[in-house]
Amino acid sequence: MSIKTITEEDIKTLETLAAKYPVRRSALLPMLHYVQSIQGMVSPAGIQVCARVLDLTPAEVAAVATFYTMFKRFPMGKHHIGVCTNTLCALLGGDELWKQLTNILGIGHDETTADGLFTLERIECQAACTVAPVVTVNWEFMDSMNPKAVRELIEKLKMGAPVQSTRGVQITSIADSGKVFAGINDGKYAESPLADDSMLAGLRVAKERKMSAPTGKGTK
Amino acid sequence: MALTPVLTAHWDDPNSFEITSYKKHGGYVALKNSLKMTPDEVIGIVKDSGLRGRGGAGFPTGMKWSFVPQNDGKAHYLVVNADESEPGACKDIPLMLANPHALVEGIAIGSYAIRANHAFIYIRGEVPHAIRRVMNAVEQAYADGFLGKNIQGSGFNLDVVVHAGAGAYICGEETALLDSLEGRRGQPRLKPPFPAVAGLYASPTVVNNAETLASVPSIILNGADWFKSMGTEKSPGFKLFAVSGHVKRPGIYEAALGTPMSELLDYAGGMRKGSKLKFWIPGGSSVPMLTPEHIDIPMSYEDLSAAGTMLGTGTPMMFDHTTSVVKAVTRWLEFYKHESCGKCTPCREGTYWITGVLEKFEHGKGKEEELTIINDVCGQIAGRSFCALGDAAATPFPGAMKYFADEFLQATKTSADASFPPSATTIFEKAGV
Repeated sequence: MSIKTITEEDIKTLETLAAKYPVRRSALLPMLHYVQSIQGMVSPAGIQVCARVLDLTPAEVAAVATFYTMFKRFPMGKHHIGVCTNTLCALLGGDELWKQLTNILGIGHDETTADGLFTLERIECQAACTVAPVVTVNWEFMDSMNPKAVRELIEKLKMGAPVQSTRGVQITSIADSGKVFAGINDGKYAESPLADDSMLAGLRVAKERKMSAPTGKGTK
Repeated sequence: MALTPVLTAHWDDPNSFEITSYKKHGGYVALKNSLKMTPDEVIGIVKDSGLRGRGGAGFPTGMKWSFVPQNDGKAHYLVVNADESEPGACKDIPLMLANPHALVEGIAIGSYAIRANHAFIYIRGEVPHAIRRVMNAVEQAYADGFLGKNIQGSGFNLDVVVHAGAGAYICGEETALLDSLEGRRGQPRLKPPFPAVAGLYASPTVVNNAETLASVPSIILNGADWFKSMGTEKSPGFKLFAVSGHVKRPGIYEAALGTPMSELLDYAGGMRKGSKLKFWIPGGSSVPMLTPEHIDIPMSYEDLSAAGTMLGTGTPMMFDHTTSVVKAVTRWLEFYKHESCGKCTPCREGTYWITGVLEKFEHGKGKEEELTIINDVCGQIAGRSFCALGDAAATPFPGAMKYFADEFLQATKTSADASFPPSATTIFEKAGV
């Protein structure tokens, strides 16, 4: 896989990110997300560029890049697949889905398929325990998964067929998600589905049983 | 006790995340009201309400705000902790997804109260859906004059930056979060100095959980007494309870603090068919587990603490009789080992060694005397690290031994998978389809 070069245009974007903060170094995480979205990884070149823009040494930037699990030092595939194997998801089926995905894709943790399509990762709790077990594609959530849904998901992604995340947007690539992490608004906020069963569970019971918060002077 | 939808009241609106929907239900009126008061009056109302932090520690919010020194000529900062990563916690992310404006309005009010002109929303990286909704809410609030320069003609200025983390549980610890927000490795700082005195950029800073701030507008709007009419004396108000695990209807249940767990479980439809509750964790893996005998405990800070555990994030995980306690605890320890930032030796080395020994038990190869060793190591970690991650790592094992020692003894002979076949624990019909 050839790795894209970071262009002058990209450096201008990095400058805008740095300008958002009272102290420019605060932009380092967003900047690393951005260079990773261009190159599919945080490469030595990406580290150099961030260091230059923020007037840091490459070692200082590398120290930060290696601390956070979302930053990869190897090229990711087009799609990043995460399987939550923290306790609750694991027990409710995440372990089973993990085994299944390693079999289907023929790769293990932090590995990429030979065709460059998928990178697989065991991930920690995604704050979606009410919709366990959770699988992520480019960090977009696929809630309440099961083996059949996982098989179909991978087939669709292989064919390039449209896949809608249950909480996020239509799946494109890990590169696009990276721009959002960098703080660049892609305007797709309304593409996420509306509140799901798990989010509405309490409100529905409250309405059924005619329960509500006390009426306040400002209640509308 | 009852369900009390406030934050979740309009989540079934098709556009609950838009400013139009939020304003239709009284949104941003609390901000306008606040701007007519002095900052100290705003702090006074929040103090009177008794609102306590919803991130886990339960510190009184108004008091935290009042610790920020006034007229010191320094820039002040409000930082939102939306780094929700505690295993079992899943309430801030849905909140930001469905009702991001409650958070934005709470930030504007909180910033005004502590005299901050800059606020940062630190959201964990792995949730693009929530990041988009919050970014959009911030942009809409700027466009409507609720953020930016001279807000609603008050002369108060506020800039808000949405900032994504990059995968590190430790950044939920407030001082680690500040280091991360400064573009460094997210490692905790020694306290004191506390953030109220020297936080972000060594300036006075308040770090509040997202749900805490989102609760503020309703308090300003309806008053402290209204808020205190819900909950208990020491735990006033409403709370998002995220009930997960082997229940029929896992989800978000917004109820008064002090609502018994048995009642929440009833709202969630009870345990799944044919299953019996075995153990449950009231607020994230960092608090000790409880058993069915504790099911009537009121979900308040004080009652859970009296039962030897904590409210934590208020996100109960319910596990049924098919679950291996040994496997559950081992997996949590693997998590703490992965997430230990490495700064303090007891936490870094302790989580590594405990995990190694626990994995032997999971495979049915533990030795009885090793249970004492794990317990000793837990004792060497707790209270001997900079931050609460170490204490949290030392929690699951002693908590489990209190009620399920026999299961660890069984794990000296039989593997967890043999004693508790995983296919029975999964929630899909048949494993391996």
